[in-house]
Amino acid sequence: MDKTVLVEMRNICKTFGVIRANINVNFSVYEGEIHGLLGENGAGKSTLVNMLSGIYRPDSGSIFIHGRQVNIHSPKHAIELGIGMIHQHFKLVDVLTAAENIMLGYRKQGFTSRKSMIGSIRDVMTRYGMEVDLNKKIRDMSVSEKQTVEILKVLYRGSKILILDEPTAVLTPQETRKLFEILRNLAKTGCAIIIITHKLNEIMEITDRVTVLRQGKSVATVETSGTNIRELTELMVGKPINLSIERVNTPRGNVLLSVNGLTALGEHNVPVLDNVTFDLYEGEILGVAGVAGSGQKELCETIAGLYPVAKGDILFKGENIVGYSPREIIKRGISMSFIPEDRLGMGLVPSMDMVDNMLLKDYVNQPGITINRKPAREKAERVMKRLDILAPGIYTPIRKLSGGNIQKVLLGREIDANPHLLITAYPVRGLDIGASYTIYDLLKEQKKKGVGILYIGEDLDVLIELCDRIMVLCYGKVTGIVDAQRVTKEDLGLMMAGVSPDKKEDAACK
Amino acid sequence: MQIVKREGTSVKQLIIIRLIAIIAAVIVSGVFIVFLGYDPVKVYSNMISGALGSRIRFRSTLLEMVPLVITSLGILVAFKMKFWNIGGEGQILMGAFAATYIALFVDWIPKYLVLPVMFIVGFLAGGIWGLIPAFFKAKFGANETIMTLMLNYIAVQWITYLQYGPWRDPELKGFAKIANFPDHALLPKVMGIHIGFYISLILVAVLTWFLRKTKRGFEIAVVGESVSTARYAGMDISRIIMSTMLLSGGLCGITGVVQAAGVTKTLTMNVSSGYGFTAVITTYLSGLSAPRVLVVSFLFAILLQGGSYIQSALQIPQAAAEVLQGMILFCALGSEFFTRYKVRFARKNSVSSEVKQS
Repeated sequence: MDKTVLVEMRNICKTFGVIRANINVNFSVYEGEIHGLLGENGAGKSTLVNMLSGIYRPDSGSIFIHGRQVNIHSPKHAIELGIGMIHQHFKLVDVLTAAENIMLGYRKQGFTSRKSMIGSIRDVMTRYGMEVDLNKKIRDMSVSEKQTVEILKVLYRGSKILILDEPTAVLTPQETRKLFEILRNLAKTGCAIIIITHKLNEIMEITDRVTVLRQGKSVATVETSGTNIRELTELMVGKPINLSIERVNTPRGNVLLSVNGLTALGEHNVPVLDNVTFDLYEGEILGVAGVAGSGQKELCETIAGLYPVAKGDILFKGENIVGYSPREIIKRGISMSFIPEDRLGMGLVPSMDMVDNMLLKDYVNQPGITINRKPAREKAERVMKRLDILAPGIYTPIRKLSGGNIQKVLLGREIDANPHLLITAYPVRGLDIGASYTIYDLLKEQKKKGVGILYIGEDLDVLIELCDRIMVLCYGKVTGIVDAQRVTKEDLGLMMAGVSPDKKEDAACK
Repeated sequence: MQIVKREGTSVKQLIIIRLIAIIAAVIVSGVFIVFLGYDPVKVYSNMISGALGSRIRFRSTLLEMVPLVITSLGILVAFKMKFWNIGGEGQILMGAFAATYIALFVDWIPKYLVLPVMFIVGFLAGGIWGLIPAFFKAKFGANETIMTLMLNYIAVQWITYLQYGPWRDPELKGFAKIANFPDHALLPKVMGIHIGFYISLILVAVLTWFLRKTKRGFEIAVVGESVSTARYAGMDISRIIMSTMLLSGGLCGITGVVQAAGVTKTLTMNVSSGYGFTAVITTYLSGLSAPRVLVVSFLFAILLQGGSYIQSALQIPQAAAEVLQGMILFCALGSEFFTRYKVRFARKNSVSSEVKQS
């Protein structure tokens, strides 16, 4: 049986300034195929698909759609060619209904009746076995419903080639399974699906073939059934790597941080943290799992004194620190370090060098009105050596370093202060595999020293392997705190969706 | 054609870009001069000699530079914090207003203390004029650009009111003018140049030190870069914004004192002939570096002084001279774009252009 090639990209090159994002990339997708695009951050995955969806144009190389060479010059042109992109961040209008969003900006003839359009949307839905309430407003929808609307939107516009950029990042395991079902149905009807992800087990589960990109080059295209996670990792990283995280077992110490009934309000006074209660012990890594936006950020920031607390207590070694500003926390010698999620937007100053970034929290403790940069210089050199930071020197602006090295600068600065409590929010986000493992090692080292660590993570496998206990948040509520060695990913997934571990009946917590 | 962001620019590239800008300015303006019926070579040489050709001319170029330098320093501290203070004009006028009050209407201060007091109240008045928008920005998040701009108009009208109303010099009968300062309220001269010039040099040095070596200077830079990082580091953002704007407006106020007590010798609208706005340009061209403010202001002063010289020497109309200044400035500012972006010509099958900004 001959398979028809729907998309073919040959010898694609694209540079941004001095960065060569794509170098002679070859990539082809068959009709009815789910094709994974795998690669580390900065490997050129997004650049490649953005050329397919008309956002960028290749410097050289050619693109064939249905065997015809095309020059895709705009996103509109891409849609005409039947290419639909589903972005990681949804592009929907909150106050409109699903049907309105799907119809928005799309008109085949001059006038079309609303009724007939809704009719044809329903046709698309039944054809692919999708379910969504067309009259529901986007703002009342869950993330996975919104995603379905996005998919429906591109299908309605007649797309036969679907590109999904990290579609599962915001979904629970259960929602992911539903998405995959839809994708399989689509493939059966002859659509070509390109799915970008760095989650290897999802690649194994859903795709027919995988193309691996490394440093802008396409290193291999393999049949999924003939490969395994280990091989894919090697292709992706370029060298063999040990994927297991060795757990360090340290005796649990005293209670370090005790959070009682913590409540914080977000926009429109909706609670973003709802009666959160937990204890964190010395020498323990407490993981926090949850769908993105379940209150993780607010939890970290309330403890660090950056987000107002509405109700509840935060006891650090018995002292209530609610209401302390970050400055008071530093001045009172409360030995706490916070590694925020947005490293360059919050933890570091990107245009400044390592020396000035080391000063960020220390300068205030210096006497007088002037700044002595000598201790900061020493600290920068010490941190650089201790964490093997690759940088031209301590006077290079931070923003010129790679993501992994930037994270090491931040973590290095905080660890150097010998904190008793370390709060880390997504510390490996955006890092490649090698750098991620360095970060895990550093955290384990701190654990051995008796530091209490609050670890906000997104990869459930890592949470299970790295942490002692895992607390699951759903809409700002704690659905449970479980022993990491005894919990399964399935259970965590259910808890992320709001089902408490003890009563497994359906109890969505919205 | 594509416009691509540069990945860092070397010093050599910077020099080349600037040189091309100057050459472009000379050529474009040359064409304009020919159209007006003048000889471009003659006009250019007159501009240079008009600004630097003799001791007196050089001196007046330096005097032209003084208000630009001090105002630019004031604008610079605000811009460093990404607080867009375009209210220099009003802050200059309010500084001059407060100094004038001391010079003309307070007689109980010993004569030798009058000038120092004028500087202090001038600094405070300009500073308060800068503090008002800072307060609203810090407390309510008000837009500082609109507020500083609007406060200019209030200051202008206030000075006009004083000039035509309560402060009008009765001795001049019908003529609406505020009385001249007494001698002890005028800036003394050293080597033919009033001391405002030396004060501006000292201020450059002090501000360079302040921004590089002090805690507050560090805080200003961090707040300018990212408010959330500043919060994370425990900085009191409202206080930093307000104190910095007190300094920013205060420096502009000093310009007002220097111009009133050194140049116009009284309070008139001419105390600030657009320096508050011109300084936005010089500050921007200096790349927010205090020492470079000095260089840029000097070049700018040559442009202003040379421009006014050719008006009288070659009978070139004022408007034409200003067009000339504008074109040179356009090239200088335009070249800034090319220090950050470069244009690349793609293959001929490209249809549309794309702009990549990251």
